[in-house]
Amino acid sequence: MINGADTAWILTSTVLVLFMTLPGLALFYAGLVRAKNILSVLMHCLAIACLVTVLWFAGAYSLAFVGTNPWIGDLSQAFLFGVERGAVHPGTTIPDTVYIMFQMTFAIITPALIVGAYVERIKFSAVLLFSGLWLIVVYAPVTHWVWGGGWLAIMGAKDYAGGIVVHTTAGISALIVAIALGKRDGFPRHLPPPHASWMVMVGACMLWVGWFGFNAGSALTAGADAGMAMLVTHMAAAIASLTWMAIEWARFGKPSVVGMVTGTIAGLATITPASGFVGPLGAVVIGVVSGAFCYAMVQVVKQRMIIDDSLDVFAVHGVGGMTGTLLTAPLMDAAFGGVGFAEGVTAGSQFVVQVIGVGSVAIWSGVASFVLIKITQALVGLRVVPEIETQGLDLTTHGESGYNVAMGGSTQ
Amino acid sequence: MKLIIAIIQPYKMDAVREALTEISVSGLTVSEVRGYGRQRGHTEVYRGAEYTINYVPKLKLEIAVDDDKVDEVVDAVTRAARTGKVGDGKIFVIDLDAVTRIRTGETGVQAL
Repeated sequence: MINGADTAWILTSTVLVLFMTLPGLALFYAGLVRAKNILSVLMHCLAIACLVTVLWFAGAYSLAFVGTNPWIGDLSQAFLFGVERGAVHPGTTIPDTVYIMFQMTFAIITPALIVGAYVERIKFSAVLLFSGLWLIVVYAPVTHWVWGGGWLAIMGAKDYAGGIVVHTTAGISALIVAIALGKRDGFPRHLPPPHASWMVMVGACMLWVGWFGFNAGSALTAGADAGMAMLVTHMAAAIASLTWMAIEWARFGKPSVVGMVTGTIAGLATITPASGFVGPLGAVVIGVVSGAFCYAMVQVVKQRMIIDDSLDVFAVHGVGGMTGTLLTAPLMDAAFGGVGFAEGVTAGSQFVVQVIGVGSVAIWSGVASFVLIKITQALVGLRVVPEIETQGLDLTTHGESGYNVAMGGSTQ
Repeated sequence: MKLIIAIIQPYKMDAVREALTEISVSGLTVSEVRGYGRQRGHTEVYRGAEYTINYVPKLKLEIAVDDDKVDEVVDAVTRAARTGKVGDGKIFVIDLDAVTRIRTGETGVQAL
């Protein structure tokens, strides 16, 4: 039966999660690139949102959530076939339409997260082709495995809001795409800094607020579970922010805005899988661990491995999501204020399941992304030519400039 | 006539303007510029990576004056813009061949 309160909350959460991508993530990423590429980044996020919407209704939703096969859903609700106005989504108290829309906003942000790996050098056609293929080949099956009644769900893997489904898939794929695409000209020694650090802060804070819909909305009810999920989400974000700030302050003598909000996102990504299972104490642990570990991983990827995962998608989202998924096992213990384990499950056995979940999804995401990026390369090419990279993607690819402060020209 | 070009720390603009108003300088042009001298650049840190900023933001003032006013203006700018630290800037004085006031067509000293 449809419950009005639950439905109202998930309608609200749907709005919040769409707002995470448009414009939250778009601004978060756009501020980090050079001024000549700001529009291209905004465009990547916008175009992915629209493309995923169409694919979601066309069949990706059905593949993810409809059907009983443990590996992949079926196409019985492709093009929303058979979705009735009054239908209740199975196992919930909300309409099918609301569930489809809510899950669509997750499907939108996940390929949009990967944008951070390939900014400032990728062809726009490659963005569209890769993102579309990726949604079908990586996102839809993994979502089915974890949330659609697939084999990881049957095994008991815990992923409340997307530590595996969203952040592990996007993070691992980002790393593969960044390696396949190669470094930006000048990386790592001769790149100019982010062109608008204030914009990074604005985008990060929109993500933060939107994340309440992401995590507390994943309760699918307006009740105690949503309340605790919101509380631990906020707490982990604040503590991870302070942790990252403290590290930078100690190491460089100055606490930075870009650093602190990156800590915020690390904390949010890491609490995501755990948010419905842990208590405040778990949030404190996740906050501290995510702030410190994601900071360290940014340095490892960029400065040791010299991989131009330009906006640190793997180190922040991937590492955060995987770490949070693994930490869920010990921290969901009632002794730490968590919800406790089902009959016959221990922290140890749950941890093994979490490792299998993260590991299998990481492998699938990596292998599939490698194949998809090669297909994309063969069909439309991946990189723009060096002259276009130098001029910036805004003018060359989209025919616009982000900033026309003076001498902007006139109409003809 | 001379053209005085002063490169100063941006935050010293108000003090310089006040000092110039006191000695009745009737106009100047300011632009935001970037450059380096002994101050070199500075570093900024984003997500643990250090970026070298080679060109430091400065303001460039252009002040056209009659010959007998040059020393007074240079002195006023020097006093107002000085902090004593590297990065205070420079003042260049160059000959000015001709000046025209666009509104009236006046030329030479009349146009200053």
